[in-house]
Amino acid sequence: MANIGVLIETSDNEVKKANFGVISAARGEGGNEIFGLVLSSDAAPCKEAAQEYGVQKVVGVSAEGADIGSSPDLQASALADATEHLGIDVLFGLSSAQGKDLLARVAAILNAPLVMDCVGVNLTENTVTKFHFAGKTYASIKVTGNRWVCGIRPNAIEARPAPCEAEVISHQSAVQDPGRMKIREIKKGDSEQVDLTEAEIIISGGNPMASAENFKILYDCAEVLGAAVGASRSAVDAGFAPHAIQVGQTGKTVSPKLYIACGISGAIQHFAGMKTSKTIVGINKDAEAPIFNKCDYGVVGDLFEVVPALTEVLKRG
Amino acid sequence: MHLFKNTDKCQALFKNVHTNPADILCKKSLKTFSSFIKLESFKLATDCRVIIEKSYKLENKPKKDVDMQIYVCVKHVPDTAVNIKVTGKDSFDESVDFVINPYDEYAIEQAVQIREKEGGEVIIVTVGKEAALKTVRSALAVGGDRGIFVKTDAHFLDSTLVSQAIKKVIEDDGTPDMIFTGKQSVDAEGMQVHYRLAAGFDMPIASDVAAFSMSDGKVTVEREVGGGTREVIEMSLPCVVAATKGLNEPRYANIPSIMKAKKKKVAQFDIADMGLDSGSDGAELNELRPFPDKGKAKMIEGTPAEMAEELVKLLKDEAKAL
Repeated sequence: MANIGVLIETSDNEVKKANFGVISAARGEGGNEIFGLVLSSDAAPCKEAAQEYGVQKVVGVSAEGADIGSSPDLQASALADATEHLGIDVLFGLSSAQGKDLLARVAAILNAPLVMDCVGVNLTENTVTKFHFAGKTYASIKVTGNRWVCGIRPNAIEARPAPCEAEVISHQSAVQDPGRMKIREIKKGDSEQVDLTEAEIIISGGNPMASAENFKILYDCAEVLGAAVGASRSAVDAGFAPHAIQVGQTGKTVSPKLYIACGISGAIQHFAGMKTSKTIVGINKDAEAPIFNKCDYGVVGDLFEVVPALTEVLKRG
Repeated sequence: MHLFKNTDKCQALFKNVHTNPADILCKKSLKTFSSFIKLESFKLATDCRVIIEKSYKLENKPKKDVDMQIYVCVKHVPDTAVNIKVTGKDSFDESVDFVINPYDEYAIEQAVQIREKEGGEVIIVTVGKEAALKTVRSALAVGGDRGIFVKTDAHFLDSTLVSQAIKKVIEDDGTPDMIFTGKQSVDAEGMQVHYRLAAGFDMPIASDVAAFSMSDGKVTVEREVGGGTREVIEMSLPCVVAATKGLNEPRYANIPSIMKAKKKKVAQFDIADMGLDSGSDGAELNELRPFPDKGKAKMIEGTPAEMAEELVKLLKDEAKAL
């Protein structure tokens, strides 16, 4: 039996939905003790959601006499300390913006192997599946070591409920903040949308969007769909969209349930970033666009007509 | 006498320095020491002496008159525009075009901009197979002053080993004020060498950095955390900064700069001779498999309204995507 930890991310004190797939992956074949680590002095609010997916111990991780919120150094030290204290063999987490930062810090402190952005895990053989070259090739990685850290790509592993009754405990770490870095401010972006890597549905625009203003038709459609908006590299380079929403090998690599590509021809580097999506729809004026040879559904038409029509149909429900 | 060697351990100690004067033996540079004091807003008592005893380490170093030393770690990767052909169990056709890892271009540009403003030197560090020397030269052509190249036999290496190799060559070479990297490579996407490097050097680190400024020995960066949100982070020097797209506009190399780059010094090492031992723990590539594209799309026809109607129906009933 192994002790498995899952770093649970919260948003406004609620467990983020994307965690449930990670917890499901962490359960493996069963028989392991599952610890859910929450960066908070009180983990009780997370109990209900965490136990639904099989977390047996919900651990509030904090630092003695310090607010760990503004110091990534301190958060990582406290997590590394909790991992050692609880005897956790494998620490899982989301390969999200926060997870990529925190898990890497923890792995570096513990000098433990780290595999990030995994889409499959085998805890019996200590192997993971991820991608190399964005979505161009699958890579199977063998991890050696008594303790390792693993980031799971959001939405990559299906959430499977496994209800149990969890115990809420707390771990107050005595770690000190080295005081060499501080988060001074959080600047909210213009859009309120979730991070692309965590979105279940994405609607993306390419160069034919022709202006930043025109992206409004995508945002309108996204609102009805509950989707996030993405963009191709050429749309970003032309200044129509910020880099934060670029999808591709030099942007975000995403695996949503549904990816709707509008005016995107099918460049190799863009596909590398989204070809792992479960369902891909291409909307393009050009019937010969390469995208129609590598997606599920193709719509030949002017995106400025098709997308608003799509929004209308979706609104009707 | 207090010993200033490791910023971690000195924080608690130095809180009392202004009330409890004592001499401080500083094993780091005065620059490091001052920025630490400044960041923490500590006040030193007037009769407190700071003895910089860093020369013990610097004596045999070249160019010790150089002010700021900025190291940029750069990886040699296949161009994102090429297809990857898997050729063996864990290898791919390496005859394709290779380039500087795209995120590392922003790292180089930032380092060069700092040097242009503050002086000092920009040193390019690359770990890779023989062919990666080309990437070192490309980085020198866009502003690097000299290079350090660690030669390996394999394209995919354990991240712990890579970070150890980089740390070793930097340590032997000089005293880093800043280390720049890209936020990740676009080939193996390990997303960790910069974090391990920071831990090894005991430096603070920020990754996914899209804005950078420096003043009074402090660095302020903006880190992208998704959904357009950014964290504004302040760090003391020395530190590690991992760049993302948007940090700056990387310059292009021109013919004279490419010619000049050919003459710049590149120190070369073989990883096998460096006496590194990353232990038995690690993550190793077992197998590489092509990820097939989806086939031909099911085409939907009609007027825009009809196509929209049909698409939603298919997404709901057939694909179960809605």
